[in-house]
Amino acid sequence: MGRIVVVGAGIIGAAITRELARDGHDVTVVERSAAASGTSGRGEGNILVSDKGPGPELDLARFSRSLWPTVARELREELGESFPAIEFEPKGGLVVSTTAAGAAPLLAFAAAQRSAGVRADVVDAATAKSLEPHLTDATTAAIHYPEDAQIQPVVATEAFLRSARLAGARVLTGHEVIGAVLDSAGALAGVDVRSRDGVTRSFPADAVVNAAGPWGAAVSEVLGAAIPVRPRRGVVLVTTRMPHRVFHKVYDADYVGAVESSSADLQTSSVVESTASGTVLIGSSREQVGFRDEFSTRIVAELARKAILLFPFLSSASLMRSYSGFRPYMPDHVPVIGEDPRLPGLWHANGQEGAGIGLATGTAALLAALIAGRTPPVDAAPFSVSRAGLAPFLAEVAA
Amino acid sequence: MTGGTPVGVLVIGAGPAGLAAAEAALDAGARVTLLDASDATGGQYWRHLPEERAGEHEARLHHGFARYERLRDRVVGDAACTVLLGSAVWSVERSAAAGSGFTVNVATGRVDAARAAMSALEPEAIVLATGAHDRTLPFPGWELPGVFTGGAAQALAKGERVRVGERVVVAGAGPFLLPVAESVAESGARVIEVVEANRLGRIVRGWAPKPWRLLGARAKVGELVGYVSGFLRHRIPYRMGAAVVAAHGTDRVEAVTIARLDTDWRPIPGTERRVAVDAVCVSHDFTPRLELAIAAGCALDERRFVVVDDSQETTVPHVFAAGEITGIGGVDLAMAEGAVAGAAAAGRTPSRNAVRRRRVFSDFAGRISAAHGIRSGWHHWLHDDTIVCRCEEVGYGRLCSTAASTDAEGLRSLKLSTRAGLGICQGRICGRTVEELLVAASPGDRFLDSVSTDRRPIVAPQRLGDLASLGDGPESP
Repeated sequence: MGRIVVVGAGIIGAAITRELARDGHDVTVVERSAAASGTSGRGEGNILVSDKGPGPELDLARFSRSLWPTVARELREELGESFPAIEFEPKGGLVVSTTAAGAAPLLAFAAAQRSAGVRADVVDAATAKSLEPHLTDATTAAIHYPEDAQIQPVVATEAFLRSARLAGARVLTGHEVIGAVLDSAGALAGVDVRSRDGVTRSFPADAVVNAAGPWGAAVSEVLGAAIPVRPRRGVVLVTTRMPHRVFHKVYDADYVGAVESSSADLQTSSVVESTASGTVLIGSSREQVGFRDEFSTRIVAELARKAILLFPFLSSASLMRSYSGFRPYMPDHVPVIGEDPRLPGLWHANGQEGAGIGLATGTAALLAALIAGRTPPVDAAPFSVSRAGLAPFLAEVAA
Repeated sequence: MTGGTPVGVLVIGAGPAGLAAAEAALDAGARVTLLDASDATGGQYWRHLPEERAGEHEARLHHGFARYERLRDRVVGDAACTVLLGSAVWSVERSAAAGSGFTVNVATGRVDAARAAMSALEPEAIVLATGAHDRTLPFPGWELPGVFTGGAAQALAKGERVRVGERVVVAGAGPFLLPVAESVAESGARVIEVVEANRLGRIVRGWAPKPWRLLGARAKVGELVGYVSGFLRHRIPYRMGAAVVAAHGTDRVEAVTIARLDTDWRPIPGTERRVAVDAVCVSHDFTPRLELAIAAGCALDERRFVVVDDSQETTVPHVFAAGEITGIGGVDLAMAEGAVAGAAAAGRTPSRNAVRRRRVFSDFAGRISAAHGIRSGWHHWLHDDTIVCRCEEVGYGRLCSTAASTDAEGLRSLKLSTRAGLGICQGRICGRTVEELLVAASPGDRFLDSVSTDRRPIVAPQRLGDLASLGDGPESP
């Protein structure tokens, strides 16, 4: 059992802090701003298995999804009724194609997912309409994913932190990591942090976990072993409240293509869902513009257009607000979870891109197992910093 | 978006500041586009009946209505001026094509119409004159029908000639209570009393420093005399150091409780008295409408007004600001600022007269704030079930217990976990109040994230169908 500093109090850092504290470690989570103030507070709260093809990320997603019901129950029991609901809702996903050309790739994708153990049920148009009565008639194929779920990511983050505190962890917000403490062997032995008032202090640590999302590039660089995580901006539109007319997470089949793409240019694909409060969330856009966050009519118009293609009734719905955030994008599309061989003592839990809410539970369990030296619950090798696919990008940021 | 309509000086808001800015820009030879979301010029201050059913008594209902008519005729009658009414700016965005650096996206048409006409303007310079709306602090029963904000009551009286009730109490803080009470009285209602939260001592101390500076503003004294004589004519008592701390009724307000306040606005136990009313008009402060300034990237000062230089230019080049968004200072200051901003936006040196008038009224905002600003003792008149956010029906008790259970320190997290400020008004009504109460309920003395309820990239809600019709990509239908 050791002293551990987790950097970043988004949902990944919060879930890890809780897991490590429950493992008996002495954990402090250091957050530059407030909890859930970055990526975690800017997304829809996706817990998806539907958007990933067979591979290590799907394995992690399935493992994470299997943990969520238990975690949600534990949090509710632990925190009581006065704590706001984390709104874990296993509502299922419905992926549709609306073009003739889109049908075959979607059906093939779903078949591959089924072979990897995902429930991906092909449904006919009539069944799709019974699942989503207000869906467009123009679907050419539809897959129902009963395992897809949704959560209120900000409340979930605060719940993880509250639970972690109850297990003995410390939450240090308003503190930025500004430097590394190295031992005589050159291993990471702690971090220097600075408060908003400019007071600096050192935290000795046997392990430091980089869970700073897209800001993790800067954090890992300050600590001495940079990882190539980059911000990938996304915009979400929020309508005014209305009677529930969207019952699943419904998205256009080209969403998968956008997620798996490496292009820096703007891509949009439609994701539509209701929230417990009655608003409808409309995503999604992906673009690599650094941390620049400027309003763009073009994105809003594209998102509106594509959402109306899926749900024509949305044409008369009112857009009330929009928000945007930065996903932690890893150039080879696989998260980095594990110790950094370049700097012993530095661990990463980063690069989940837009899937970090769903992957938080599995990421925390995997990282805790690795730190404790237990058998990992899923194969950890594909997430290693030293995997072959990441090497060229590591070389780039090291240069 | 690209491909907007190039325009010269774009003045957003046709109240006193905007009209004065438009006039000055026209005087300087600029082409001007004057835009307002409402169907008439004049803003909240000069709200009046529509032309087609013009009132005979506008001049009596409005201070300086002749000044408005002259200004309106000067601006609207100028061939170099395009006036776009019923037009709401719903967003602004960076644009290399526009001289100001911004495209201003506009929706024209009534909100209840099937479709709005969407357009984009690319101005050379922008004058933000978006004004303020009045802020009402919550109190038990404030959501009952018959409880009006001062601004709404005034708008009904002046713009619709609607009487809000028969027996009315006007309450809150600040000089705005005077015109509210007057217009309510002129509409035929009986104003039983006007209740000002601050005591005479603070009001005098707030207004009194360097009194010689008020000399140039002595026309204001005439305005005050006008209110006082109106109060005498209508026999309206004016009480200080008290507040409406509760409204009572089942289907609508039937009575209010008025209590005396200490200097920090904390109700003094035992001083409550119940007064039968059928309407109450309450206004405690003003909230500047900052969406556009924030969207354009203009810096705000520590009191959250837009920072401007001597020519009323914001920290963003080519973007000017005038009126209440730079400080709640009243109509004369707003018009002086508008005149300076309009000339500067047109590339001219502002007239010495405008600069002098701005100086005369420049410390009004500070005096009003010192004499009438909100004090934190008002939290004590809230009950656990007092609704704080009306759109999402969030009560004060839930706000505090949620904040206490999460220990959250970020405003975004607190809003999302309490749902306060997330409704259709997007915090326009409750935002400042929600922030104030959440800071008080959370561990620190400030939020750790840089979130503000004033930031609304979607400035006015828009139909998705209208938004879908926009666009310049190959994917547009």
